[in-house]
Amino acid sequence: MPVSVTSSTLIYRGLQEAGVRIVSALPETWLVHLIRMAEDDPEMTLVRLAKEEEGVGISAGAHLAGVKSAMLMQNHGFLAAINGIVSCGQLYRIPLLMLISQRGSFGERDPWQTEGGGVTEHVLEALRIPFDRLEAPEHVGKRIAKAQTLAHSASRPVALLLCRDLMWED
Amino acid sequence: MRRLDAIRAIYPELERSVVVTIMGAVAAELQSIGHRPNFFYLQHAMGLASSVGLGIALSRPGLPVVVLDGDGSLLMNLGGLTTLARYRPRNLVHVVFDNESLLSVGGFPTATSTGSDLAAIAKGAGVPRAMTVATIEEFRDAFLAALSATELTTLVAKVEAVGPAGYVTDLSLLENRYQFARYLKEHLPKE
Repeated sequence: MPVSVTSSTLIYRGLQEAGVRIVSALPETWLVHLIRMAEDDPEMTLVRLAKEEEGVGISAGAHLAGVKSAMLMQNHGFLAAINGIVSCGQLYRIPLLMLISQRGSFGERDPWQTEGGGVTEHVLEALRIPFDRLEAPEHVGKRIAKAQTLAHSASRPVALLLCRDLMWED
Repeated sequence: MRRLDAIRAIYPELERSVVVTIMGAVAAELQSIGHRPNFFYLQHAMGLASSVGLGIALSRPGLPVVVLDGDGSLLMNLGGLTTLARYRPRNLVHVVFDNESLLSVGGFPTATSTGSDLAAIAKGAGVPRAMTVATIEEFRDAFLAALSATELTTLVAKVEAVGPAGYVTDLSLLENRYQFARYLKEHLPKE
């Protein structure tokens, strides 16, 4: 499978260095290595979800209890989680750290992914969610740390888009 | 059974737990009995109260966590029951007040009014302890048993579709949120 193990490892290290202790996730191809790393890590609690919106509640509960967490999801999962992000994450000023695989961009071969790729950034902008793109290995550690810093200083959800050039080795 | 009476019957135990409620009548009624800093009212995001409770329970395994859910809210996040069951935190009691109605938006009947059985759904999802009660005495006994049990419980309480006159209270959402987080930080040691 051409999902990058190197990049996945960098992302996982970034989460560890950011002090993340709970990761919620729904499997998707680009996230398989990250989910396995969370599962194999005795220091990490991996919560496998039925639907991404649950992850907003779990991260909110973890934050209120003083534990740092992150959400791993596909952009279609982000689209499915929007009410929770708005009416739990934003309404209650929860510093959600959302890592979203940006499927459906240039290079996408799966026809079913292509609509979501076109709307994800517009939806993030409409929701006023600060976001950045992770496109190259040198972005990863710094941008995860910076995203988490802003999430906590602003007490708001933030997003990092995991992009094709980082995640996929054609 | 009236939900207000049911909440009153377990209120002394709630003082010693961390409590997450759904919006609407449950939040307003618990506040009318007496707000405490260890109560968090999720005043929107229907369905996510049980997920917030799971996040707290996993973060603080030594703390008793009580979620006060409702039929309308739970029906919006039935998949969450499978996640609760999967991780089955021993310190979580999941109460569902089932009035078979979306009371706060005009009393429209939910699917539990036509036979959907939330305790059976919870059991089917894999929640180790799930039951339905219909009287105050049964509810109090089942709640106390759930608190002392070392297994996740979903306790469905059939209640009348009556509630308070209004739902907005004097407690602002963010005041509640920051007070609750501070309570968890200051009053309860990390596990």
